[in-house]
Amino acid sequence: MATPVMDKVEAESPEPADSPYITATFRIRRFNPEAAAEAYWEDFQVEIDPKERVLDALHKIKWDMDGTLTFRRSCAHGICGSDAMRINGRNRLACKTLIKDLAPEKPITVEPIKGLTVQKDLIVDMEPFFQAYRDVMPFLVSHGNEPTRERLQSAADRERFDDTTKCILCAACTSSCPVYWNDGQYFGPAAIVNAHRFIFDSRDEAGEQRLEILNDRDGVWRCRTTFNCTDACPRGIEVTKAIQEVKRALITRRF
Amino acid sequence: MATSDVELTGSTAAYSADNPAPLIEPPRARTPRTARSTSRTRTNFELYGWVFMRLSGIVLAVLVVGHLLIQLVLDGGVSKVSFAFVAGRWASPFWQGWDLLMLWLAMLHGANGLRTVINDYAERDGTRFWLKMLLYAATVFTVLLGTLVIFTFDPNIR
Ligand code: HEM
Ligand code: SF4
Ligand code: FES
Repeated sequence: MATPVMDKVEAESPEPADSPYITATFRIRRFNPEAAAEAYWEDFQVEIDPKERVLDALHKIKWDMDGTLTFRRSCAHGICGSDAMRINGRNRLACKTLIKDLAPEKPITVEPIKGLTVQKDLIVDMEPFFQAYRDVMPFLVSHGNEPTRERLQSAADRERFDDTTKCILCAACTSSCPVYWNDGQYFGPAAIVNAHRFIFDSRDEAGEQRLEILNDRDGVWRCRTTFNCTDACPRGIEVTKAIQEVKRALITRRF
Repeated sequence: MATSDVELTGSTAAYSADNPAPLIEPPRARTPRTARSTSRTRTNFELYGWVFMRLSGIVLAVLVVGHLLIQLVLDGGVSKVSFAFVAGRWASPFWQGWDLLMLWLAMLHGANGLRTVINDYAERDGTRFWLKMLLYAATVFTVLLGTLVIFTFDPNIR
């Protein structure tokens, strides 16, 4: 059989030498408050092409093996930010993580992201995360008359905050931060990234106000520069650098 | 292994759709109140603390490495350190000043560092408060005692 098919029959007969399929173990952190108070690990053996993604394996499990497995996903293409999870101990998007990159001969662990309340299996309550996001005023603030055409900006001015415009609010960074794990009152990297996006936008006029918000007890000064956020970001944003730039802006404003 | 195969402990076996178990919550989640309650206490304290850690760190690097070299490495190593050796150094205002600065910077730097650690790890406000009070008391005591000794040190004490 040269064409890969989803048929399970293949598994029973000896596999043809050119079969792309492997059997990978997915060790998934399950939690169902309607059944038990404790979370536990459950293993699933999945036959899958290693060039597929972890999200494909989760789909296979949910659709063919255990319909109770619960997780979020929407776009399946790294844009919506729904499916950040802790895969083999690192925060990633399931839809952007290829199985072959995870050493699939060993069990692949999949857990909910840390630091947020687990509601069921891989689903966490994102509300505190979005609360911190809202608290930095992530929208353009401008006074005076509204212009009749678009607000112009030089290419250099646009470049200043280009990196932080890429955020998809997946929470991979914030939920990889050890300060956030221990104290969810910290704004967290994602909120700071989105504040940065406006603080350094030449068209915006509330930069001062946002800096003041992040000068707070639970603001940028709680960052300990562990770089977990930069490592976690599926969009390749230099998160720690953005946080340091906000710190620098606060310091140069003061001294 | 399906859910039904999992060994449920006695305390967890009774949960159902009508009687769900408590969710697994992280410490101290952010709420709409968080931002407002802190906005009243907005100062530059954390900013100064952050700058102080870096500046005192730079100065401490010189002071502490110099101190270790003098006490433990140069001129015969640790075996030379005795009452007379300390008395001899504290006869000079330069070494008095060195040790005084090192005492103050290391204590304030270390105390502020531990304050950060307490802020990170103490979950309940009460625990947080009392741990910090203990820290501040220990810091004030050590700084004052050390300062007193440096200034009132008597080499002829018996
Ligand atoms: C040798 C020169 C030193 C340098 C360059 C230095 C530098 C620093 C810096 C930059 C921080 C802040 C880290 C952060 O915010 O992420 C820090 C934290 C800290 N320092 Fe020092 N320091 C020095 C010596 C000391 C000494 C002598 C003590 C003990 C009295 C000390 C105790 C601490 C503690 C407890 C922390 C907090 C740890 C943490 O934030 O996790 N340091 N140090
Ligand atoms: S900065 Fe990166 S990791 Fe953090 S929320 Fe945005 S996209 Fe996700
Ligand atoms: S499902 Fe949209 S980012 Fe992965």
